[in-house]
Amino acid sequence: MSQAADAQAILDRSDQLRRGLGDNVRDRIVESLYTAAEQIAGRAVDRGLERATSLEQRVDRVVTSRVFGLPIMLTILAAVFWLTILGANVPSQMLATMLFAVEAKAAAWSAAVGAPEWLVGFVWHGVFRGLAWVISVMLPPMAIFFPVFTILEDLGYLPRVAFNMDWLFRGAGAHGKQALTMAMGFGCNAAGVIATRVIDSPRERLIAILTNNFVPCNGRFPTLIMLAVIFVAAAFPPAFASLAAAGAVVGVVVLGIFFTLVVSWALTRTVLQGEASAFTLELPPYRRPSILRILYTSLIDRTIFVLWRAILTAAPAGAVIWILANVDWGGVSLADHASNWLEPLGYAIGLDGVILLAYVIAIPANEIVVPTLMMCYLSTGMMTDVTSYDEIRRVLVDEHGWTMLTAVNLMLFSLLHNPCATTILTIWKETRSGKWTTIGALMPLVIAFAVTFATATIWRALS
Amino acid sequence: MIEGSHECQTCPARAQLEQMGVTLGEHDRLVALAGNPNTGKSSVFNALTGLRQHVGNWTGKTVTRAEGGYSYAGHKYKLVDLPGTYSLLSASQDEEIARDFLLFGRPDCTVVVVDATALERNLNLVLQVLEITDRAVICVNLMDEAKRKGMKVDLRSLSRDLGVPAVGTVARTKEGLADLVRTVGEVISGETKTSPRRAEPPEEVRKAVDSLAPMIERFAPGLPNARWVAMRLLDGDHRVRQALLSGELAELEMSQLGPVEEKSNLIALQGSQ
Repeated sequence: MSQAADAQAILDRSDQLRRGLGDNVRDRIVESLYTAAEQIAGRAVDRGLERATSLEQRVDRVVTSRVFGLPIMLTILAAVFWLTILGANVPSQMLATMLFAVEAKAAAWSAAVGAPEWLVGFVWHGVFRGLAWVISVMLPPMAIFFPVFTILEDLGYLPRVAFNMDWLFRGAGAHGKQALTMAMGFGCNAAGVIATRVIDSPRERLIAILTNNFVPCNGRFPTLIMLAVIFVAAAFPPAFASLAAAGAVVGVVVLGIFFTLVVSWALTRTVLQGEASAFTLELPPYRRPSILRILYTSLIDRTIFVLWRAILTAAPAGAVIWILANVDWGGVSLADHASNWLEPLGYAIGLDGVILLAYVIAIPANEIVVPTLMMCYLSTGMMTDVTSYDEIRRVLVDEHGWTMLTAVNLMLFSLLHNPCATTILTIWKETRSGKWTTIGALMPLVIAFAVTFATATIWRALS
Repeated sequence: MIEGSHECQTCPARAQLEQMGVTLGEHDRLVALAGNPNTGKSSVFNALTGLRQHVGNWTGKTVTRAEGGYSYAGHKYKLVDLPGTYSLLSASQDEEIARDFLLFGRPDCTVVVVDATALERNLNLVLQVLEITDRAVICVNLMDEAKRKGMKVDLRSLSRDLGVPAVGTVARTKEGLADLVRTVGEVISGETKTSPRRAEPPEEVRKAVDSLAPMIERFAPGLPNARWVAMRLLDGDHRVRQALLSGELAELEMSQLGPVEEKSNLIALQGSQ
């Protein structure tokens, strides 16, 4: 008999035996393994001196409990944002004051040595101002948020978060590990999309990729924090202001998680049908965070990395804004043309044309939305140095008619709108599918428009 | 079963190593590192290889693979870090990679790193590894944490029950690693004989295995894990079915070096990237 025929004979025989055994062979084999493991471990391990419950177990019992798990998680999150908001305000102002002083001095000096006016404007009021905004708005919150977040990561808290949220994702028909990739998304959505590799099932991985955008990444936090401070905090007495701002940011995050679950649920009921697969999640021991490694990871790997990316996109964006604001066509600047054209759409969703223009310019990186916005507003209005949150508030409310609706809808839009170019590119690299990349880019945008349109309509009807 | 030691007498380790010296570059012994996640497997890997390591991907997969080398008693060892898994049964990518490497890559020895504080859970993987390969060493890591928690791990009892050596280590402080390296060397050279414990399947399954295994043994004489192959077939494992039909499984024993060479070339290529 030939070898192939022998092989086939073995397979036939095994199939025949398999039918006789029923379909739970795997379970019975696994059971025998567990029994053997239990016996061997029982003989080898003397637990005589083991403390009934270690401190770690007691902590875990509280941190991962059904009742306290999620509230503890949200409290920790609020504390992180509160620290960030409280600590970032003053350094932000100092950086802004310093950098805008440099801009004024350098522009004056350049003009004095005879540089043409357009060049001075382009370089100092365009490119440099873009950089100055990005650095002063982003650096201080990042330098606080990232180290604190890294401490939680190093401590071993993130797997507990995944454990707490597992049942929610399972209920939505998604993979429990999606809670982990979601947590990665807080740092950067592109990183979150790459992190979905830990999910083995292609269906569940796709769900995780398509919904990662609904957690605000680090690039969007400065926008959220600024709005929370300027609009939400201002509505509270000073003693509670920063607490209220932190609460608002947490609210946005919770809303993002809500959208993640709802959209995951909708996807598993429609285009990505299937059952949630089981997996083993081990809670690693808590470890004492190592300070040096935290500083390195959070400052070099994250802060500097993200800031550098923002700078790379802010410089050209600054140049584009300057050109748009300073090139006239029919007596009106290009920026005005564009924002006037976008105005009706912006109004319909409770925002305005300039905000939408800022979002178009900021497609490469969400980090530069606020800087772009401020540059657009300031380049068309009075040229004043705006260095503190109070002055930003004055410009937005008094000169450009922002209301609480604008702030709320901008927070919603920032949370829900399309991912940045880097994330879209990453989705394409990970899925290699034009269809899913398009869905990943457009689905959030459609949701963002729908939600903000709804809130704007309801708001206006009520007031 | 004593196939492990039997195999070593018929296939002199020397000859095998000479051949592998060509394919593994400067290395003449191939060691795989398996284990559950969070057992300090990476610490063991780092402590053994130091700076001599490369990180790449498993071919065609998005799973990271690290490999490195160390020298001991005149031999150069290549250490391949397998993905951390809880089992070798289900079809996740990580488990498939680890399983395929143990089955078709045929490392000279497999070190299974286990967490001393969670021995029972970790032993599931150990027992599955021992189904596939004879030559293994159990590295009982995190001994310090077990001690701190007031647990005593009897390495002798463990070693006797499993039929392979068990070495206690604290990878973070490198405690016990010299012992581990020596034990691996002795298992490969045959100084230490191994006869791994194989979990007895339940009655009906065992009967089926009893009737199927002899056919597989006739088909591929000298295969060290015919009963395991039988069990996989009864579970409907596609990869093993395919390996049987394509002749891959028969080749495993016909030319024991074939697949190793192939894999090793791959390792060498990836390592040089």
